[in-house]
Amino acid sequence: MFAYYFNLALRSLRRNVVLTALMIAAIGVGIGASMTTLTVFRAMSGDPIPQKSRQLFAVQIGNWDPQLKRGLGASSDNLQPQLSYIDAMALIKAHAAARQTAMYATGFALTPSNPEVRPFQVQTRATYTDFFPMFQVPFRYGAPWSAAEDENRAEVVVISTELNDKVFAGLNSVGKTLNLDGRDYRVVGVTGHWSPTPKFYDLNNNQFDKAEEIFVPFTRAIEAQMFSWGNYNCSGDVGEPGWEGRLRSECVWFQFWAELPSADSLARYRMFLNNYASDQRRAGRFTWLPAIRLRDVREWMEYNQVVTNSARILVLVSFSFLFVCLLNAMGLMLAKIMGRASDIGVRRALGANRYAIFSQCLIEAGVIGLAGGILGLLLTALGLAGLRALLSQDVGRLTHFSVADVSIAVALSVGAAVLAGLYPTWRAAQVQLAWQLKAQ
Amino acid sequence: MLKMTHLSKAYRTEVLETYALRDFSIHVKEGEFVAVTGPSGSGKTTFLSIAGLLEEFTGGEYQLDGANVRGLNDNQRSRLRNEKIGFIFQAFNLISDLNVQDNIDVPLRYRGFNAAERRRRIQEALSRVGLSARSRHYPAELSGGQQQRVAIARALAGSPRLLLADEPTGNLDTQMARGVLDLLEELHRDGATIVMVTHDPELAVRAQREVHIVDGQVVDLGAQPRSVGNAFVANAT
Repeated sequence: MFAYYFNLALRSLRRNVVLTALMIAAIGVGIGASMTTLTVFRAMSGDPIPQKSRQLFAVQIGNWDPQLKRGLGASSDNLQPQLSYIDAMALIKAHAAARQTAMYATGFALTPSNPEVRPFQVQTRATYTDFFPMFQVPFRYGAPWSAAEDENRAEVVVISTELNDKVFAGLNSVGKTLNLDGRDYRVVGVTGHWSPTPKFYDLNNNQFDKAEEIFVPFTRAIEAQMFSWGNYNCSGDVGEPGWEGRLRSECVWFQFWAELPSADSLARYRMFLNNYASDQRRAGRFTWLPAIRLRDVREWMEYNQVVTNSARILVLVSFSFLFVCLLNAMGLMLAKIMGRASDIGVRRALGANRYAIFSQCLIEAGVIGLAGGILGLLLTALGLAGLRALLSQDVGRLTHFSVADVSIAVALSVGAAVLAGLYPTWRAAQVQLAWQLKAQ
Repeated sequence: MLKMTHLSKAYRTEVLETYALRDFSIHVKEGEFVAVTGPSGSGKTTFLSIAGLLEEFTGGEYQLDGANVRGLNDNQRSRLRNEKIGFIFQAFNLISDLNVQDNIDVPLRYRGFNAAERRRRIQEALSRVGLSARSRHYPAELSGGQQQRVAIARALAGSPRLLLADEPTGNLDTQMARGVLDLLEELHRDGATIVMVTHDPELAVRAQREVHIVDGQVVDLGAQPRSVGNAFVANAT
């Protein structure tokens, strides 16, 4: 009977084109508005690495006096989201996690081999080789550098596939060199398309920026005295002047991540951090109680307020708008269905039970929802294109519509239309037969 | 076939109770063609609605084809209506956005017949009412008489045990009315049980017997057996 009801629904919708168009428009506009905000919201709040988000932990160590007035970048618990060089190096040397990496945002001036192309700046991430397997970075060519190359401060880089396309015309560039800040760096790997949204591994800087185009060994970047292109925060004492002074200061500018695949390893690592902080206190570096935190990816995103309250409110407002649209659609549907009460009466007289009438009307509501969903998808695409035009390129990355988003839009639309159709449909099934037929 | 015993139908409000039918008894046997007459507001249509299981009754008993219909739920009433009763309405009640064959198809769909069976029954019914050539026409493209023939075909297609007709010629001119009535008589001669409500005494004469309703009760018209076609049945109330 589904095909029969579906066919009846199409006939019924053709019967009153204006009313049908109004219903579809009401649902479509509501879906368009809500899906536009939902798409951005999902991109902001989605798990960027679902397979490992419970195994990767951002590390925090309270190296600033908690009695001090909160500095720029300090969070609600007065812990800094980044580490000092002293702490980052201590954790790296201890190697207490299965995998670990310290890192910071920096940059190179790249001088192409083609003299006709002018040098340009490239965002770079200084990190350790563990970064690539930890964050599941895909490789198009080559592989990450080795731990020995980390140790030896090797002049090697991994570049993004976009940079490889730009500089090496997309060919395998492994073994070739890039002139970066006047020195030759050997390319050891080219990543595949990889740009997690949000950029969870460094939320201190632009949260929705794309991934860096060059990755260089952390040790090499420190050796080359490459300054941070990201947040660099100090508690008031900026330390001694010069590069060495910066490294010895309590200023924080490094992100630190540990991969802890089991509850045991997490407990052990937490104990290790507590012991480390206690040691620092005993050594007189910290004069306050040890404070350490380990947060997994989702907790880290929550802690850094990746999804702002205004974004949540916007989603709420847009879904309220969808609700209003549905009320309108429900009114129109009620008018349409009750306008066909005589037909319903005839069908009941000819043997349709209430369930059959209910099914027929609900399928009609579903068809309206489907059409509204398609219109909603078009409006969502328009809405997202508008956002892309209005907002910065970084935020524009949030406006991509995935297959999942399409499915959500269609399911939401059909579900909403069926929901809106429940009351009119129930009314239709209650049509008083005899009275209806007498009224003919 | 249809037996109502001391049946009543009351419409109640907080302050008023109005009886549309009171102590109403009627027995229509298989193969009969009965005309139900009476002035406006006498309860003819209420009787037909209850007989067609379109409306519930308040008291008494009603047996349709041997089955007591009191206390049946909506599902059971719908199934009984679909399987045993064919309706012919004064206003034809065809569904305007379905063509002739799709209109006839409606009760067959609810019956659960497969496509081949439905097609066979539709063709047979259309052939019976002489509208085979109009199967793709929409109601608006047919005359009143043709529309009523389609309605009759729809009523016949499911091979019902009982045909209920409510003023079947009320919306037709004389010539069309005669054609429709001829068709009903032909169906009766072929064995159909027909109950026809009408306020037109001339039409009532064409039936096998007449039941007169006044103020919701059957009024004895006296023993006036009439012969119609091959049937000859005495008044039975």
